[in-house]
Amino acid sequence: MAEAHPVGFQWVVEAKNRGAKVIHVDPRFTRTSALAHTYLPVRAGADIAFLGGVINYILSNEKDFREYVVAYTNASMLVSEEFEDTEDLSGLFSGYDPETNTYDQSSWQYAGQQDEGQEEEESHADRETASGLEQESHGPPIPADVPRDPTLQDPRCVYQVLKRHYARYTPEVVERLCGVPQEKFLEVCEAWTANSGREKTTALVYSVGWTQHSVGVQYIRAGAIIQLLLGNMGRPGGGVMALRGHASIQGSTDIPTLFNLLPGYLPMPHFKQHESFDQWIDAIRHPEQSGFWANAKSYAVSLLKSYWGDAATEQNDFGYGWMPRLTGDHGTYQQVLDMIDGKIKGYFLLGQNPAVGSAHGKAQRLGMANLDWLVVRDLFMIESATFWKNGPEIGTGEIVPEECKTEVFFMPAASHAEKSGTFTQTQRMLQWREQAVEPPGDARSELWFFYHLGRIIRERLADSTLPRDEGIRRLAWDYELHGELQEPRGEDVLKEINGYDLTTGKLLSNFTEMKPDGSTSGGCWIYTGVYKDGVNQAARRKPGREQNYVAREWGWAWPSDRRTLYNRASADPDGKPWSERKKYVWWDEEKGEWVGDDVPDFEKTKPPSYRPPEGASGVEAISGDDAFIMQGDGKGWLYAPSGLIDGPMPTHYEPAESNVRNPLYAQQANPTRKVYQRSDNLTNPSPPEQHSEVYPFVFSTSRLTEHHTAGGMSRQLAYLSELQPEMFVEVSPELAAERELEHMGWAHIVTARAAIEARVMVTDRLAPLRIDGRIVHQLWMPYHWGSEGLVTGDSANDLIGITLDPNVLIQESKVGTCDIQPGRRPSGPELLAYVQSYRDRAGLTPGHHTPIETPRGADGEQ
Amino acid sequence: MESNSLYGPLDPAPEAGYTDAPPRMGFFTDTSVCIGCKACEVACKTWNAVPDDGFDLLGHSYDNTGGLTANSWRHVAFIEQPRSSSGASTDTPGAFAGLPVGPSSVPATNVIAAQTSADTGTSPGILPAVDALSAAATAGSEFLGAAPSGGCGSGGCGSSSGGSSSGGGAQMLGMPMTDLPGRVNEAPRSDFRWLMMSNVCKHCTHAGCLDVCPTGALFRTEFGTVVVQDDICNGCGYCISGCPYGVIDRRDDDGRAWKCTLCYDRIGDGLMPACATACPTESIQFGELDELRERAARRVETLQAQGVAEARLYGNDPSDGVGGDGAFFLLLDEPEVYGLPPDPHVPTRDVVSMWKKAGLAALTMAATAVVAFAGRRK
Repeated sequence: MAEAHPVGFQWVVEAKNRGAKVIHVDPRFTRTSALAHTYLPVRAGADIAFLGGVINYILSNEKDFREYVVAYTNASMLVSEEFEDTEDLSGLFSGYDPETNTYDQSSWQYAGQQDEGQEEEESHADRETASGLEQESHGPPIPADVPRDPTLQDPRCVYQVLKRHYARYTPEVVERLCGVPQEKFLEVCEAWTANSGREKTTALVYSVGWTQHSVGVQYIRAGAIIQLLLGNMGRPGGGVMALRGHASIQGSTDIPTLFNLLPGYLPMPHFKQHESFDQWIDAIRHPEQSGFWANAKSYAVSLLKSYWGDAATEQNDFGYGWMPRLTGDHGTYQQVLDMIDGKIKGYFLLGQNPAVGSAHGKAQRLGMANLDWLVVRDLFMIESATFWKNGPEIGTGEIVPEECKTEVFFMPAASHAEKSGTFTQTQRMLQWREQAVEPPGDARSELWFFYHLGRIIRERLADSTLPRDEGIRRLAWDYELHGELQEPRGEDVLKEINGYDLTTGKLLSNFTEMKPDGSTSGGCWIYTGVYKDGVNQAARRKPGREQNYVAREWGWAWPSDRRTLYNRASADPDGKPWSERKKYVWWDEEKGEWVGDDVPDFEKTKPPSYRPPEGASGVEAISGDDAFIMQGDGKGWLYAPSGLIDGPMPTHYEPAESNVRNPLYAQQANPTRKVYQRSDNLTNPSPPEQHSEVYPFVFSTSRLTEHHTAGGMSRQLAYLSELQPEMFVEVSPELAAERELEHMGWAHIVTARAAIEARVMVTDRLAPLRIDGRIVHQLWMPYHWGSEGLVTGDSANDLIGITLDPNVLIQESKVGTCDIQPGRRPSGPELLAYVQSYRDRAGLTPGHHTPIETPRGADGEQ
Repeated sequence: MESNSLYGPLDPAPEAGYTDAPPRMGFFTDTSVCIGCKACEVACKTWNAVPDDGFDLLGHSYDNTGGLTANSWRHVAFIEQPRSSSGASTDTPGAFAGLPVGPSSVPATNVIAAQTSADTGTSPGILPAVDALSAAATAGSEFLGAAPSGGCGSGGCGSSSGGSSSGGGAQMLGMPMTDLPGRVNEAPRSDFRWLMMSNVCKHCTHAGCLDVCPTGALFRTEFGTVVVQDDICNGCGYCISGCPYGVIDRRDDDGRAWKCTLCYDRIGDGLMPACATACPTESIQFGELDELRERAARRVETLQAQGVAEARLYGNDPSDGVGGDGAFFLLLDEPEVYGLPPDPHVPTRDVVSMWKKAGLAALTMAATAVVAFAGRRK
């Protein structure tokens, strides 16, 4: 956190100064570790073993916050008799289909719901479109009236299922898998549990590197299970906090730049699953279940109204027919491979530098070199704009500048100080930012670029009679332009996002005012209220010292300016605060409403005693003690009966590339991981396959404080470049001795994809670990360098292959295996031969691929 | 030590002739909360238009500017400190306590290393048992027992732990040890600290640079700070030898002397210096020196109460060799560890005694001469 989020880390320092204990778990000793009380080195890729160990500690010592767990989680619900655990099936849950490598999820359901389960074909479509997790309880409806055992004794209740699942994750096993000495592991367990309960809460903070694993979603799930068991969700000082990687990355998922989502987490329609408007709406709202997704039609219709204005009518399903449809996986990595295969002709890059910043740099560059055209909008001439003349493939002869057909258009972009707008940061807070100066030269804002691009395209299509152009021709595309640059106003767009009552022309003040009949508009339902009363709420800047600690008059947080989600859980089932010290939102009997320091995340006047009438659904079906109002059953999920493609509970699988045989299960790696088995995307062998010793070390990559991601904004600046001027690799003295690496000498690192070179940093901050009875060395690299800028160097992302988490299609880029050797790498065509010699030794022949389901008996030959 | 204008405690601004001088301003740099982000270096250069210091990977941990120079007026030092035992800031086991040392216990690893680009004669791959044998042949007997029986096709390879084969890989390949100084492979890892410290000009009460400046380019401000006027400096360089901390420095291209101004052009307008403004963790605190000294004393007490026995102040004592620093520090180890002089003193401290001694010497010589002449008369 101190490395990549130094500004946010000030609060950790402040907490430490007030007596908080800071624990840091990381494969290497970082600037965060330097300020922590306790540092635990851990093996990269073994986090579920660690967190599972914590869950086991909580359950076997009964350290859970029992009243909270019974009231607000699904601990008491009974799971189907047909469910079988990984503990019984050697690492697979029941329902696995080896053909598609997905699950038939029927047996994962609550008791009596088996017929509702997601079948493997749907699971497969969900994986292709990364939609498994959409709308919280995605998939079949989850009714609220599931059989329960509030005593938590029934062997089929979630609590007991969870307990059995993690029973083997003992401190001994944690030590064996993670390399963490048991006493230090127990220190963490004790600190975490002792600091949770009625009087205290613990926050779990992670940086997004946690997500970049083939089991990334399950890492976060494991953290969430712990926080639910300890009663740390929906309460002040608790929660699971993702430190997003850039200024507005949270904003770019809320109003997404992702292929599978529309604003406000509405799903992008799928050509088969959502053929009709009603199918699409019902897939979101789940007619029979409870919760606020039941009003999805209002959100969706308002979105379509803001897209198409008067052209969107009840008769034409509000223009639903004009929406593009998903046909499968259009994720960033599939697109890159499609570019290599010549299926994609044009590409826009906006503030992104995949030639350096995305996994498998060579695939990125070769893909872009096979386009007809490429538009790059950036502050500087980045590697993704110059790969065709300066990239590493020029030397190897894989790209010949004279023959590269891609026409690259470089459009200079305005920086954040040269345009106004909002940033939505980590805790869902929108903060308005004023323009400081006019952009220089031809530099323009994204808003300017897209408005005028749309305007010109619409002019070109004005006379088109093709049905496919109708959606563009009918777009509501009128914005007032201002100034010499003819710039639309960010405020106007923010108002459009907020939404209007189209009858009165007034701005909406809350998404609950949205209507399904086309009488309201709104570009992102969760942002409705940001322009409440005609005031830009995101521009509020009342200092924290002039208000209470929740600081509600600083910026604006979605939804409804709520600072802590699910804060109904900060009160007990009767609506009273769990403790005076942690009181936050509670039921005021006299006033007959929920009150407190924050906007209550509950219907304001629904009493704790409310119980839904028979047959109720939607908002009406939310009981007075259902704190998790977006879930189909109103409960926090310790066990996910649907929605997750790789299983209802996090399970330790080894990374896709590992030099350790999974000590817990026959199944080596995530059995549902998304792979692209191609000769240009080879995976290093892992046990029980042969030859994993060819790539004998574990590597991880991350950021340095001094640089920004792919370097586009930092390697061009002398004041930042001088602080970290060269690509380097950190190794322990032990590994340096073994490989004859000299401090500040050169070394090169090899995987099945590439060999890159770096200067050697021998440091005590890395240490070998003892894993399953043997020594495992880890090395670490920053990934900031490329071929452009004041300081240049090889890119660590070139080493990484493309293997994805099945739920959200994020790449496994925080752990892999490699070799490291002293000296510089070969250059020119010899480099290719060198990488090939490793592949030959590793048995990575063309057509070779690692089986996704580990063959049973594979260990027999050992 | 008595107080006078050459050494000992005093308030420098009134001493320099300011009437109604504002309170003396300074920095308190608390290294116990420094996270080494270097925002201070960047903010300083940006505000003061200081040029970059060159793009050199120095290998001194994460320090790549190297020290305070004419082109780096704030400098963050990084000290990686392996420690033999715990007891530093917590009573918990050290950062690396209980971890193994030594190279991988997979002999095949070393075989690959030895045969990097050579044809192994087997394709694909190397049969592990053969590798282990050949490795053992090179290594001596160490691996003979363990490796072949291990059948190291994969994960469960070998049986030796780190301890038993410690150093084996390196010995086997005949490689020189490349340990960091002070550590050998066999020494168990235990605790570790990574100290970070943002260094800056001390703005001494008795400033050696100022005292020796012949042009008046260096002057004492009304805030008690010491500033170089770049339009007056003639590049003589006397100040450089006059600074007991080695802070002030000449720029290679123009020869003039440069250093921290404590943002004289900001504090006069009521702004904080750029570095203190940018510091995310309040490691760099700016304020009235008297108040900072009190705050620092409390901070040391707090830290010591929390078990950080080694917390100490540096440069806060008005009776030290420079009359106390306007910019002082909270350190977690001896000053030498951070590259700071343990007992700095201003060269002028010795002026009085030097002149006294010189005067005495002159008198003695004169007397000797008198005696000599008187003697000749005899």
